[in-house]
Amino acid sequence: MPLRSRLSSPFLSGMNRVTLLMAQLLLALIPAIIALVYFFGPGVLINIVLAVVVALATEALMLKLRQRPIKPFLTDGSAIVTAVLLAIALPPLAPWWLTTIGILFAIIFAKHLYGGLGYNPFNPAMAAYVLLLISFPLEMTTWLPISALSDAPIDFNSAFQMIFQGQLTTAVDSVSGATPLDAMKTEIGLLHVPSQVIQQPLFGHVGGKGWEWVNIWFAIGGLALLYRRVISWHIPVAMLSGLLAISLITWLLAPETTASPLFHLLSGGTMLGAFFIATDPVTAATTVKGRLVFGVGVGLLTYIIRVWGGYPDGIAFAIIVMNMLVPLIDYYTQPRVYGAVK
Amino acid sequence: MSTVAGSFPGGLVLNGHKKRSTETPIRKTPLSKKLILPLQQHIGAESIPIVSVGDKVLKGQKIAKADGHVSVYLHAPSSGTISAIDEQPIPHPSGLSALCITIETDGLDTWIEHHPIADYTQLSEHDIRQHVREAGIVGLGGAGFPSFIKLNPGVHHHVETLIINGVECEPYITCDDMLMRERADGILDGIEIINFALRVKHCVIAIEDNKPKAISTMELALAARPELIDTTIMAVPTRYPAGSEKQLIQVVTGKQVPSHGLPIDIGIVCHNVGTAYAIGRAIKHGEPLISRIVTVTGTDVKHAGNFETLFGTPMHELLAFCETTREPNAPFILGGPMMGYNLSGDNLPVTKTANCILVGVDAAAPAEKPLPCIRCGECATACPASLLPQQLYWYARDKDLEKTRQYNLFDCIECGCCSYVCPSKIPLVHYFRFAKTETMNQQLEAAKSDQARIRHENRLARQELEQQEKEERQRQRKLALAASQAAKQKQEQAAQSPSDGSES
Repeated sequence: MPLRSRLSSPFLSGMNRVTLLMAQLLLALIPAIIALVYFFGPGVLINIVLAVVVALATEALMLKLRQRPIKPFLTDGSAIVTAVLLAIALPPLAPWWLTTIGILFAIIFAKHLYGGLGYNPFNPAMAAYVLLLISFPLEMTTWLPISALSDAPIDFNSAFQMIFQGQLTTAVDSVSGATPLDAMKTEIGLLHVPSQVIQQPLFGHVGGKGWEWVNIWFAIGGLALLYRRVISWHIPVAMLSGLLAISLITWLLAPETTASPLFHLLSGGTMLGAFFIATDPVTAATTVKGRLVFGVGVGLLTYIIRVWGGYPDGIAFAIIVMNMLVPLIDYYTQPRVYGAVK
Repeated sequence: MSTVAGSFPGGLVLNGHKKRSTETPIRKTPLSKKLILPLQQHIGAESIPIVSVGDKVLKGQKIAKADGHVSVYLHAPSSGTISAIDEQPIPHPSGLSALCITIETDGLDTWIEHHPIADYTQLSEHDIRQHVREAGIVGLGGAGFPSFIKLNPGVHHHVETLIINGVECEPYITCDDMLMRERADGILDGIEIINFALRVKHCVIAIEDNKPKAISTMELALAARPELIDTTIMAVPTRYPAGSEKQLIQVVTGKQVPSHGLPIDIGIVCHNVGTAYAIGRAIKHGEPLISRIVTVTGTDVKHAGNFETLFGTPMHELLAFCETTREPNAPFILGGPMMGYNLSGDNLPVTKTANCILVGVDAAAPAEKPLPCIRCGECATACPASLLPQQLYWYARDKDLEKTRQYNLFDCIECGCCSYVCPSKIPLVHYFRFAKTETMNQQLEAAKSDQARIRHENRLARQELEQQEKEERQRQRKLALAASQAAKQKQEQAAQSPSDGSES
């Protein structure tokens, strides 16, 4: 059906636009990005710019190869969102090639080979994150200690050098470090009690130092999205409840060997995942009940992978696994149609 | 004032755009020289002309009779001469033509004799229905279903609640609003009659709360009628599509009409305020339905307002009367901006279901190519029938009609909420209409081929029977022949035997 003009009703149209949704999503990320820069230096900004440039170029190339109109798709903002989400999730001093490989994989394989915007079953940023984590575990788990803990905070120039030339003017030791999630896991593995582990300088009040604030700012951005009705509450609430429930139960049962629920809520990518990634409409469940199931699934799997899996954070894996289940979830959670017999 | 009992899922709060057309009272559209009256202005069978070309007719005279049960009578809206009975373009989304009676008006507007009924309570329910049918009354809310049928609950049902629909939820349309403001008493006349005919327990007049003037006028008029003790007015929250029958029933009674069922199944009947008014006029004043109030509004209309217009009046004359900046033959919308349809002809007549003519809308849907669906699910949130428009869209696009039926395509009321909220600007309702028509065509084809198959099988059976009969007849003939031959032989033998005998 060729549809050049609105031939039939409704002749009215709401203000909702894909581009507008994407733009609001990016705006809501700004507070957390500022927090990331504050705690981990300007590397994240360089990563974001690099990722966006590569993403837009790849998007344009793929659209051309697929003989699709370039302008409406390039300006829909989806490639930028994918790029920014991946760049935020990567370590702040990730080498340029890591970011580039991730973006190429996200845009070419996870998005366009499945049919482009709207057709990809997996969240492109998370698919790329998982690929990088499996292929380059060392680079992917090398995080900076937060600026406050470092004797020589990273400035823009050294971040630039580190990302593009792989070397640093300051001593290498000061830049490599594990994330608090990783550290907690290692310490618990060494039979240390979580309540004492958290006293270490890497940790803050309840989560990782700096990390807890980044998570809070992601959550505030997410609440703004909820308020603007860009996302619905179902997935974030369900995911956080799922994570809270399982971590609370295990913590109450074995406080000596498990981190507190608050630690899990405010560590790693919890809030980024809950408000910005699991809510990706294309790859999440679409029915109301389905979204609740999807969210709870992500929350539970995140915890399971974090605590009993081989990787420090489980958000990306949890989302990818739940993405796979979406058709099944949607099928079994269809709403009762008006007038249907109960 | 009674209170709302429920709410329907989904829906939208839309900008009403109703102010412009309600600032002036209802005006009469000038009499047109030519009135074009399609024989089908209702759901059901086309009426049958009972006049011929050249006949003189009076205002209100019957010019076509009902054909079968689901059909109504048609009347001359003004006096004059029948100038043609032929195919004319009618207001239809596909630009179809259909059989119409054309009247050259004489300008005198001479009425036939009226036969008002002073006391309708002396009539039987059947007589009331007959009067309503002969007055040509159909649902004036937009669907045009013959009203007399909805005055007959049938022997197995009784009517608990009558809902008089004055919600008028679509933006821009104000004809019911103005009718309630100016002719509240006439509407109550009709309600009394409907109450009587249906033996209604109680009646609710539902009006959207964005029409405070209509509500207060109706309240005043109702207070003056102690006999309407069981009739109340309900202010319905303004949310599109609250005026849609099933959604309104949920708001008023808290009950849902069963899927594929009718309101009467749960003891409810709905009539539009305009229909109630027409029924009152027909019984109490003996006036058949020959005109209606049409809202003419939109950004390109200079004198927006409501116009009491005779059926058959060419729409461009009405538009000229309101002065528009529209180019000749440029498209306009018949009905509201959410559910109406585009028309482009100039000579199309105003019919019984023409509630609004809209020339130019604010926030018009863009003609740009839609983006792919991003599965945001906004459409499902907005759907007042709790459908999954997104899934329906995928299957309609794939022409997987079986799946669209499984996803309850036919529960879609085509309200347009899903298309309105879609961030990718996908014309979802367009796909659903397509899938519905395709399905109906398929069913029609299947019915046709079934019929052909049965006919073929019958023919084979008939042929076989004929063959058997033929064989039977042949056998009988053979038997008869053999018998007659045997008899002949016997005779011959008998004739020969005496000689034999004589010889022996």
